[in-house]
Amino acid sequence: MGFEGIGASVRRKEDHRFLSGNGNYTDDINRPGQLYAVIRRADRPHARLLSIDTAAAAAASGVIAVYTGADMQADGIGGVPCGWQIHNKDGSPMAEPPHPVLATGKVRHVGDPVAVVIASSKQEAKNAAELLSIDYDDLPAIASVRDAVAPGAPLVHDDVANNVCFDWHIGDKAIVDAAFAQAAHVVELDLTNNRLVPNALETRSAIGDFDRSSGEFTLYTTSQNPHVIRLLMGAFVLHIPEHKLRVVAPDVGGGFGSKIFHYAEEAIVTWAAGKLHRPVKWTCDRSEAFMSDAHGRDCYSKAAMAVDAQGKFLALRVSTLSNMGAYLSTFAPAVPTYLSATLLAGVYTTPAIYAEVKAVFTHTVPVDAYRGAGRPEATYILERLVDVIAHDTGLDRLAIRRLNFIPKDAFPYQTPVALNYDSGDYEATLKAALAAANWDGFPARRRAAAARGKLRGIGMSTYVEACGIAPSKLVGQLGARAGLYEVANIRVHPTGSVTVFTGTHSHGQGHETTFAQLVSDQLGVPVDMVDVVHGDTSKIPFGMGTYGSRSLAVGGSAMVKAMDKVIAKGKKIAAHLMEASVEDIEFKDGRFSVAGTDKSKALAEISLAAYVPHNYPIEELEPGLDETAFYDPKNFTFPGGCHICEVEIDRDTGTVSVVNMVAADDVGRVINPMIVEGQVQGGLAQGIGQALMENAVYDSEAQLVTGSFMDYQMPRAHDFPPMITSTETTLCTHNPLGSKGVGETGAIGCPPSVINAVVDALRDYNVRHLDMPATPQKIWSLIQANQPRMAAE
Amino acid sequence: MYDFTYTKPSSIPAAVQALGADIEAKALAGGQTFIPVLKQRLNKPSAIVDLADLGLRGIAADDKTITIGAMTTHHQIETSEDIKRMLPGLAKMASWIGDTQVRHRGTMGGSLANNDPSACYPAAVLALNATIHTDHRSIAADDFFQGMFTTALEPGELITAIEFPIAEKTSYEKFRNPASRYAMVGVFVAKTAAGVRVAVTGAGQGGVFRHTAMEQALSANFSADAITGITTPSDGLNGDIHASPEYRAHLIGVMARRAVAAA
Repeated sequence: MGFEGIGASVRRKEDHRFLSGNGNYTDDINRPGQLYAVIRRADRPHARLLSIDTAAAAAASGVIAVYTGADMQADGIGGVPCGWQIHNKDGSPMAEPPHPVLATGKVRHVGDPVAVVIASSKQEAKNAAELLSIDYDDLPAIASVRDAVAPGAPLVHDDVANNVCFDWHIGDKAIVDAAFAQAAHVVELDLTNNRLVPNALETRSAIGDFDRSSGEFTLYTTSQNPHVIRLLMGAFVLHIPEHKLRVVAPDVGGGFGSKIFHYAEEAIVTWAAGKLHRPVKWTCDRSEAFMSDAHGRDCYSKAAMAVDAQGKFLALRVSTLSNMGAYLSTFAPAVPTYLSATLLAGVYTTPAIYAEVKAVFTHTVPVDAYRGAGRPEATYILERLVDVIAHDTGLDRLAIRRLNFIPKDAFPYQTPVALNYDSGDYEATLKAALAAANWDGFPARRRAAAARGKLRGIGMSTYVEACGIAPSKLVGQLGARAGLYEVANIRVHPTGSVTVFTGTHSHGQGHETTFAQLVSDQLGVPVDMVDVVHGDTSKIPFGMGTYGSRSLAVGGSAMVKAMDKVIAKGKKIAAHLMEASVEDIEFKDGRFSVAGTDKSKALAEISLAAYVPHNYPIEELEPGLDETAFYDPKNFTFPGGCHICEVEIDRDTGTVSVVNMVAADDVGRVINPMIVEGQVQGGLAQGIGQALMENAVYDSEAQLVTGSFMDYQMPRAHDFPPMITSTETTLCTHNPLGSKGVGETGAIGCPPSVINAVVDALRDYNVRHLDMPATPQKIWSLIQANQPRMAAE
Repeated sequence: MYDFTYTKPSSIPAAVQALGADIEAKALAGGQTFIPVLKQRLNKPSAIVDLADLGLRGIAADDKTITIGAMTTHHQIETSEDIKRMLPGLAKMASWIGDTQVRHRGTMGGSLANNDPSACYPAAVLALNATIHTDHRSIAADDFFQGMFTTALEPGELITAIEFPIAEKTSYEKFRNPASRYAMVGVFVAKTAAGVRVAVTGAGQGGVFRHTAMEQALSANFSADAITGITTPSDGLNGDIHASPEYRAHLIGVMARRAVAAA
């Protein structure tokens, strides 16, 4: 055993299980007597449901039950709730139209669930689902945010005027307006953040089970946060109290946010299991996932920066239309508002910022958090805007960034949009990235590429994001309908091995290794003697789950707090055993020792005494060594850094190749550098995917055009160059680990660096901006439309 | 997929009989298009007749022709020494189809019988004017392709082999659909004793077609420069979210020049 504490690249404990086919995913679970559910979904975006004839389906071979929205209504089943309430500019709450589990009255997007068929086999359920006869009265539909707010647009919900869910703002408009009036330059930019389909490798799946002897329901589900699902589904949808509802999220094959939310299918299988007294399984097909997993991003922003003659930012104004889809998904309202507009200061000292967000209903799949959740949108606006300021004013893009950086001695730094950054050093990550990318050597590489007939460009993005969500009191004030603390239970067993029960959830991030290292480091126990348990409400006291890069910063801090309790109790036991005063006991490297003596006891000796308390201070101290902590963070954490992308464009076809990708990030204290590198690489892959490839397209009638991988371009391994990643550390000042979070940095910082590089490559073609994704066709069209500047001169 | 009966006959007459006996029966070659279609319930055959045991796999070469059995896989074609030497453009084409798994299952006969407008092989077959041998006749490539997903094959007729003439030069260039990686535009250039032919796949609404303007120019001067000024009308070309007809027309020129330069 070598060093395996904080800072060691310990190989992932979980990988053998995953890579050898021994993972246990939801669809791997089969319960005795299990039935199969197939959901019939709307094949049209907007229609009145006139009638559903279930007779033929109900009579088909193997069919046990057919249910529609009316059946759920008759049972008093509630709608799918939203977990975050935003208030309008005038203080009134957002519109929160009903979101029935199975559609009633109307269908509102392609993929809206209309009926469920439950049969003895999936094949029989599929056959019967086709026999449902649904009579629709088609209505006009809209898919884009700009169409949705146009006068006379068809309404998604009859009582939500102009399709506006809320009209929210942040910042001081008067100060911003005044700064604009004085500015030497005003630089404006309109941009679209493209819509994405999450496409986790494992599609969603859910099994509902009901135990008649205990009256307990169990839901096995592909979730990033089983306790949140238990709370939302139990309390708001099915009215099952917590002690009768167990939610298990076993191995989960990727989430990227899409498995945070409470989905209709989870309620359907749990409710049906209770009605039928049989387990009911539903597993999503890939094509079904395209039209039922919450999509990501999809917003349109008008941004403007007031800049003085030297390039100093004076004020920023951003107005955004954000697509909510047809219904409010669990955290959707928070994404464009408190997770995005609050990041518009970025890494800059812009003294005045005003942002307004109109969230809009459309006849599309609900849109919610997707890796980065709001911060990629803010970063894209800001980092594109900075390059466009350079383009329009002739100032240098690197010099402008440096001129406006929040200096490292300015922390804690209060932004004009609510957030208070605790630490950072943007010059350090910038320098590291510039060196790794050989920024200064670019002109020579551009000339060499030109000699080969290629257009070469380089672009950067300097970003900050907010992770470790978040102080419960603060988020409560901002509209969250939950606390956002985290929970850890550290159980030291009698012979000294340790089980960690965490309320976070790992769906690919390597928590079983990172957390084991953390415990190993703090308690001096080998990593092999530490197991991490997550994903089961019957085992873990409570938890809020994994999203927003919070698991280490919040969940890890809870572990530290629980371990502090273990150590404190251990000291008392050690003091008793070694006949010393508690104040004289020191704990280090897994041993309790009496200061200034050679007397010491290993953790395993203390734990044995705790569970076999023959010689034990039983009058003052309970037996056992098992401690739980709830940790509520004091602030968000603020990872940041610099991403530099270098591209080559084939001018004949418009094809972009990413030839170099550099990320220098400050993620706070790193527990496992190898896992951090993997997280950054994955994030960069999704960032490059968004910038160049991925796009969920609806046609003007709100039909989903990109309903499969035949039309939706998923990035492939060969689309990526080797990535050069590094970390520059400033510690988070308010959590015990100093860690900030790394799960999303790549997806947040990267996209504007790619587009900035593409625009730079096209600098002779007079291109000021292009929207993501920068597809070959789009670039070819720009090249066609713009004569090279050299030729024009 | 829906339920169906499955048979795996061991002779061509037995396979033809099985297909002829049931109008809703379908032949299964490599299945790399057909099985996904079945899984998505887009086709509901009553019976599947698997062609794997008909002895239609293999490549035979003499000094004038290369004959490829209909059930020969893309992998066999891309790795055949005879094809790499005598029809290198065809070997390259096969090596670019799908991924490794697809190339070990997918077959030339299956692809040609399906005649997907974005499939690669139709371009090689048409540019080389190969002969399609079936269970009871031979069809020239010029007569075989009859529009999107449409061929000269009669119901129940099975392709047994494809016979290619040896060419002086062959080359293929493909611009992949960014999502599906099928040919968005694929251009095959062949110079044979019969002259120069240029066939374009992926772009035309009616499937593969010959580019006669380029053929004439290349017959006079087989060089990329010879076709630099030749544009392709966008009328009749496909348009979708990935490429407008105009972009496809442009890419035909680019791919053709690259194919000629590499030939």
